[in-house]
Amino acid sequence: MPKEPMPVTDKPFLDIRNLRIEVTVYPPDDAPRDIVIVDDVSLALEKGKVLGLIGESGAGKSTIGLSPMAYGRGGVRITGGEVWLNGRDILKDNARKKRKLRGREVCYVAQSAAAAFNPAHRLMDQVVEATLKHGVSSRREAEKRAVELFRKLSLPDPENIGKRYPHQVSGGQLQRVMTAMALCSQPDLIIFDEPTTALDVTTQIDVLAAIKEAIRDTGVAALYITHDLAVVAQVSDEIMVLRHGKTVEWGKTRQIVDDPQETYTQQLVAARHVEHGEQSPDGTPLLSVKNVTAAYGGGSVNVLKNVSVDIQPGQTLAVVGESGSGKSTLARAITGLLPPKEGSINFDGRELSSRLAQRSKEDLRELQMIYQMADVAMNPRQTVATIIGRPLEFYFDMRGKERDRRVAELLDKIEMGSGFIDRYPAELSGGQKQRVCIARALAAKPKLIICDEVTSALDPLVANGILKLLLELQKEEGVSYLFITHDIATVRAIADSIAVMYRGEVVRYGPKSQVLSPPYDNYTQLLLSSVPEMEIGWLEKAIAGRKMAAAGN
Amino acid sequence: MTMFKRMPIGAAIGLIVTVVLLFVAIFAPWIAPYPGSRVLGGVWEPASAQYWLGTDNLGRDLLSRMIYGARITVFIAVSATALAFTLGAILGFMAAVLGGWFDTLMSRFVDLMMSIPTLIFGLVVLSVLPSTIPTLIIVMGLLDSTRVYRLSRAVAVDINVMDFVEAAKLRGEGTRWIIFREILPNALSPLVSELGLRFIYAVLFLSALSFLGLGVQPPNADWGGMVRENREGIVFGIPAALIPAGAIAALAISVNLVADWLLNRTSDLKGGRGNA
Repeated sequence: MPKEPMPVTDKPFLDIRNLRIEVTVYPPDDAPRDIVIVDDVSLALEKGKVLGLIGESGAGKSTIGLSPMAYGRGGVRITGGEVWLNGRDILKDNARKKRKLRGREVCYVAQSAAAAFNPAHRLMDQVVEATLKHGVSSRREAEKRAVELFRKLSLPDPENIGKRYPHQVSGGQLQRVMTAMALCSQPDLIIFDEPTTALDVTTQIDVLAAIKEAIRDTGVAALYITHDLAVVAQVSDEIMVLRHGKTVEWGKTRQIVDDPQETYTQQLVAARHVEHGEQSPDGTPLLSVKNVTAAYGGGSVNVLKNVSVDIQPGQTLAVVGESGSGKSTLARAITGLLPPKEGSINFDGRELSSRLAQRSKEDLRELQMIYQMADVAMNPRQTVATIIGRPLEFYFDMRGKERDRRVAELLDKIEMGSGFIDRYPAELSGGQKQRVCIARALAAKPKLIICDEVTSALDPLVANGILKLLLELQKEEGVSYLFITHDIATVRAIADSIAVMYRGEVVRYGPKSQVLSPPYDNYTQLLLSSVPEMEIGWLEKAIAGRKMAAAGN
Repeated sequence: MTMFKRMPIGAAIGLIVTVVLLFVAIFAPWIAPYPGSRVLGGVWEPASAQYWLGTDNLGRDLLSRMIYGARITVFIAVSATALAFTLGAILGFMAAVLGGWFDTLMSRFVDLMMSIPTLIFGLVVLSVLPSTIPTLIIVMGLLDSTRVYRLSRAVAVDINVMDFVEAAKLRGEGTRWIIFREILPNALSPLVSELGLRFIYAVLFLSALSFLGLGVQPPNADWGGMVRENREGIVFGIPAALIPAGAIAALAISVNLVADWLLNRTSDLKGGRGNA
């Protein structure tokens, strides 16, 4: 096979020109038509550099990210433009040549490592698979290289971790194993598609540091896709901001973070600034959880250990912690879904019975819940009118016109017009879905709403809107929130009191100003220092200043 | 109406055949040229202008018997399937939602029923009970409901752990609302596809019973019984047995074409209005 001509030196090794990507949509009751999802995007990347692609969901980040592999996911078609890689336009290559490119010159790190690994094979076999398929090196060499990469990515027991199966390592470790898999065949370019989004903040920081180091040491180029500007600011040299499939702004990381030119970029940089004055926790609490201990299935492993917290009327208690810390279990204990083994829950001057079935309709009405995943929290076969209207029917026996009027009122309250009344959940955007869930909770006129990670599945700007709405509604209706989250920035924005949870225990509890000021205990310090900040060089500082390792690492 | 405009050709054929058969079944007395059980001509006369499909083993008009047979076949199969689905789906959903001892008791009982081959079970029961049409419907419906129960329970168990069902439970909704308003609409897709299949099994089961002489009793006959009546003719090269057999096949295929199409239209897991 004749050798490919070497690229001219002043030409970047990856050069995407006027990329255009289309997809055919099949709208119900309408003829299928093509829509453009990426329109006239050009970018260039030099060897050893990292370009961050950032934007909200639907901005076309991942679609653009996959184009250097000449791949379109889910039936999208690359209909225009050129993708030059190592001196040739790979879009013109035939299928055989494309297969040679994938996993050899360009590798991919997916968002959900848990879903990307085959659970039936050992990690090592999967890590070296592409290397062997492409005949880059022998199995022995490849495995040696993999072990080196495991070490570089600071995985525990690098010699033997490859013998494990995917379910035998933690999420953060699995993500790093996937990075090792991508690096193993010595590619020129790696595409990181939201590699830390599914991880806890405390774990994310380790993975980020490992990825950054591996990129630096191997000299590979990378496209880093994420919706979190603070994350991308840590790892990339340049940032491209995307919206609706078009480039908004492209510049050096420092310029984007410190001196954004476009309004949209400015909004992204400024996101998360929600103002909320703290209220002092005086008077009788609305909800008082006393010494609650709980375990699943009557087992001996206590998921909640002797937890006591109070919530004042009209105030917000934020419960913070990483996954597995017992935050959601606390919510389940309060709602009666998981009767606690010990302890009591007092609500509005009366003791709540521990079982859901024994609670009165009034108890149920005054305590509502909003879920993390709005799309599974609503019945996909019910319209917005039924979803919001049912609590009205159920608790207040409102029917017909009266009910419809109240539904329209509630839609107005959540800043959505009555035009949404006949929509199905599938016809709403992520933010709108969450708003409808808020309206459903409000319809019951509750005294307390439990918000379980309500903003973590949303884009930053949308999440911001939801937080503002929740605060406004609190002012109008005087409702209290129990706000479960792992995101300290959210907590800063809306909480009056904070409970920090770690392995089923409350390790720090008090008014916001007190909890968020030094001296910190080790865990709170770790949690606070792990939240990415929009500041270049934050990652190195944070790693250096840590006192303990994350539990779920 | 766009629903019919973009209908695939297979589904259209299936729908037309099914509708024609249903029409014939409903209006049998007005359509059939002769009464079904009167002996009119010679044994196994070939098709003629007088007897369009010829005559059967006793000299009765085959077309008229086919038309009356459609009525009996479709009526029994529809009733038995309806019974099987009402019973199976409601009990299956209840088992999934209530769980505990109800689930265990029901599921083990169904396992027990299913461990006995359906046809043998049917034969034993029907040889004791009189072979009237209501008995047939009840026996067939009960036996089929075990299959529907298993499917409904499996589907409902998955839906029952979704957040929106939890939200309904937290609201304090009763079992009835949860089964009929939260779970049923989301379980329809697999149930509809199963419905097509079960209906056909009912037709075949009935035909098998009649063929063995335990189904519809003479002088009435369903299509399966007619195959039995005319089976000796095949040896002499007389196609009278093949006509009801072909009708059973046509009904089986068309109903399933329609069921598949309905399934495609409703199987969008995201819900809403469904796809084309």
